[in-house]
Amino acid sequence: MATFEPALFARINKPDSALLKTYQADGGYSRLKEFLSMAPGDVTNIVKDSGLRGRGGAGFPTGLKWTFLPKDHPGPIYLAINADESEPGTFNNRYLMELDPHQLIEGIILACHAIRSQKAYLYLRYEYGTSYRVLDAAIRECRAAGILGNNILGTGVCCDIVLHRGAGAYICGEETGLIESLEGKRAWPRIKPPFPAIEGLFRKPTIVNNVETLCCVTQILYRGTEWFKSIGVPPDPNNPRDPGSYGPKLYCVSGHVNRPCCVELPLGVTARELIEEHAGGVWKGRRAKAVVPGGISMGFLSASELDTRLDFAGPGRVGCLGLGTAAVVVVDDQTSMVDVLYNCCRFMSHESCGQCTPCREGTAWMTKILERIRTGQGRTEDLDLLMEVAGSMGIIPGTTICGLSDGAAWPVKNAISKFRSEFEDYIRSRKASVTSAQQLMAVH
Amino acid sequence: MATVTINGKDVEIGSNERLNCIQAASKAGVEIPAYCWHPALSVVASCRMCLVEVGDKKPDGTVAMQPKLVPGCQTPVKDGTVIIADSQKVRDARKATLEYLLLNHPLDCPTCDQAGECYLQDYSFNYGRGYSRLNEPKNIKPDKDYIGDQITLFTDRCIMCTRCVRFTREVSGSAELQVVSRGSHEEIDIFPGHPVNNPLAGNVVDLCPVGALCSKDFLYQQRVWWLKSTNSVCQGCSTGCSVTVDQNEDKVYRLKPRVNELAQGHFMCDEGRFGWKYTHSEERLTVPQIRSNGHTTSQAWEDVLASVRSSLQKAATGRQKLAAVLSPWMTVEEAWLLAVCIRSLSPQAVLAVGPVRVTGADEHFPKDLRGHVIEPVKFTIRAEKCPNRAGVQAVVAHFMDELMPFEELLRLASSGQFSAVYLTGGDPQGWISEMQAEAFSDVETVIVQDFLPSPVLQHATHILPSGTFVEREGIVVNHRGLAQLIRRAVRGPDGSRPDSRILWELSGRSGLFQPEALRAEIAAAVPALAALTNPALKTTGVLLETAQQTTV
Repeated sequence: MATFEPALFARINKPDSALLKTYQADGGYSRLKEFLSMAPGDVTNIVKDSGLRGRGGAGFPTGLKWTFLPKDHPGPIYLAINADESEPGTFNNRYLMELDPHQLIEGIILACHAIRSQKAYLYLRYEYGTSYRVLDAAIRECRAAGILGNNILGTGVCCDIVLHRGAGAYICGEETGLIESLEGKRAWPRIKPPFPAIEGLFRKPTIVNNVETLCCVTQILYRGTEWFKSIGVPPDPNNPRDPGSYGPKLYCVSGHVNRPCCVELPLGVTARELIEEHAGGVWKGRRAKAVVPGGISMGFLSASELDTRLDFAGPGRVGCLGLGTAAVVVVDDQTSMVDVLYNCCRFMSHESCGQCTPCREGTAWMTKILERIRTGQGRTEDLDLLMEVAGSMGIIPGTTICGLSDGAAWPVKNAISKFRSEFEDYIRSRKASVTSAQQLMAVH
Repeated sequence: MATVTINGKDVEIGSNERLNCIQAASKAGVEIPAYCWHPALSVVASCRMCLVEVGDKKPDGTVAMQPKLVPGCQTPVKDGTVIIADSQKVRDARKATLEYLLLNHPLDCPTCDQAGECYLQDYSFNYGRGYSRLNEPKNIKPDKDYIGDQITLFTDRCIMCTRCVRFTREVSGSAELQVVSRGSHEEIDIFPGHPVNNPLAGNVVDLCPVGALCSKDFLYQQRVWWLKSTNSVCQGCSTGCSVTVDQNEDKVYRLKPRVNELAQGHFMCDEGRFGWKYTHSEERLTVPQIRSNGHTTSQAWEDVLASVRSSLQKAATGRQKLAAVLSPWMTVEEAWLLAVCIRSLSPQAVLAVGPVRVTGADEHFPKDLRGHVIEPVKFTIRAEKCPNRAGVQAVVAHFMDELMPFEELLRLASSGQFSAVYLTGGDPQGWISEMQAEAFSDVETVIVQDFLPSPVLQHATHILPSGTFVEREGIVVNHRGLAQLIRRAVRGPDGSRPDSRILWELSGRSGLFQPEALRAEIAAAVPALAALTNPALKTTGVLLETAQQTTV
């Protein structure tokens, strides 16, 4: 794969890459008219044939999702773009929105055409102020140029984008939470069924897609499905349910590395390659102890699992939840896993929406237990308790409405099963040091 | 017909019934515990107490189970659905959920009003683990007694089922309550400056499955296990909500709505809920009296009743007429007894329905903040503020060719047409004005049967202190012709007697008041009330079809 040419990131290093004229100079929107004159079903079929899987975290086949819309619905049908990029360690959508917004807008127009939607809602996380300004300017440029609005480029297709700025919550990135939030409500994920494709935003059929997914749609239409399928990992022949991991992917590398970066690579690159070749290796000459494969809710790879291929199936083979957002966070060997896990749990308990009992109470309880362990009050049986709590929450056992609590449980399950001896040592030594400090205090 | 299997037991479900797993299981006698689910509210499936295993029975007899637990409230049943609610997996999930719910719960049952009727207690006892593994400090949340004039919130007891929030959004429409904060710091609160004071506010206390929302009126008044519940019907308006009267030692402590789809559904309004206080009023009439020229001559029931009887007999033989006013607050039985008694003395006697108090217009819910009613209507407080106009009217119509308006009766009385009138009251807010009472000033015999003083007492020759609805037994008929049974809950104050007993003795009937026999008598005599012998009266009540035609 030495010859890999970035596609999604092809333009990001060019000057004024966010402007319409430079995008058009690079060939953008040049074939939009042609694509919009195709039947919507043909666009869907191209995306379906490409094997594109959602880049937001779950990896659901995008074209298949589009076909779930009710046939012959009188409309309106909505497209919601999930730009609430809030998984810790993830920042690829931000690059795409700030540096190449027109690639995204073209993808939105194409997706809207495919699903017969005339309105797209772009749900942007509040913290992305620059993205907001860039996208807002780009949308205005497009409207002025007749690329958005009624009768796009004379094709008769109508599409407009509503830029919506969220108010800052992790749960707004869950697709039904996002829909609730767009409707002006508390972002409590909805019970499914009905799925958004049947009844979503404003009770109308809605497709929710990630920013990177829609950028891929643009590239697939321009470069073709063959190009897309030439990149990445084909399906596992031994697993008939594996649709494969095709296409380029934006990997974010952060944490204890020399050069945190966001880099476009074919799906299936290994964690080691990412760290060594693209992020300049672990910092201060240390070694990696654990690596988060795709945002903290996916769990941890241990040092021995660094050769895991980061495609949609790879992390699952070593006990992680999945590829997630492909945000790799590196933890060096001088960092305590107890502290890392505490940080994960604190985040998740802060962000739990509080709707389902197991997640609301479980995430907070796990945080409290880890807090206690960190103050030297831990007991080794706490680890079993943590595992039990983590095992009882999430959509995988069926005890919650959305996947947030699976994401809260996975780091706990992975950290304790893969680093149990470290946790036990920590509990024993911390207890001893706190006890001796207390004895000293008592003497004086 | 659809067959659903619950814990290996088959149960038949009607083809038109749309049930979830909880409802289907209860048909089979299996309890699936739930907190957030309520039949009258939307499904949120968030408490995760009702998790069950669900599968489908294939035509070849094999069963394909879903690998995950599913919330029973959210899962509809159809033909061939298999529900397993007693497997180890289900029991473990319940145990875990209960442990979570109790993590931050203060466990202050000894001082909690809900103790004894608390689902957290019941389910913990039945399905919980009995001890907590929490070694950390609990979250402490502030109590909020500002949440409503009648309601207080013990925030730390709350389990976030959001039934109250959904009620104010879906049924009252006023949407005062909301969830604030996130995760385990979540709390129920009001929008600042907008307390829950809507006319249906008290229902959130009933809806609360734990002791978080409490009624200020009932707070710390009584442990619920001392209370005896009696089925009754609210007297506040012609909706006639099915209620239970909760009392201990002849003191009423609260009224709670009783589920009855034929009457009002699941809820009741605050006007009715707190509108029973007059039953313990200090002003209650408790002394029977015979008065002449402003002097009381006797205070013994036997003397008073004998005098009433002789006065009526005397009046019946005179040239002038006898008249009786049958209050719309009476039961059907009482109205019948009085009508028969008066008519047997004088077949020409005038019978009239007492004044029907109407306040404003019917108030429908849900109602948005601008006061617009949102369809479908889920609750109605009716303008007609009496419980039994339809029933009393049906009795009077049986004896009178034409219903005489109360004003007409007053006019006849003041023009000296009557030698004796028998007046029944019953409206706790007063049923007759000073000026109207003047009409009876020159009537020779004025018998007043009531439980509270009214302006007409100054003209009364006989005063019969009667009972309120909690002391009565009988039938009332609501706005749509639903006949429901009121049961006697308490004994009235010394000196007073329930109307039925007064009228039974006055009629010269032997023994004690026999409501069942009397209902049979009425049913046989009045075709419109023929349904009074229906055994369903004792539960949901019976729709009187003819009554329906004349009153809707």
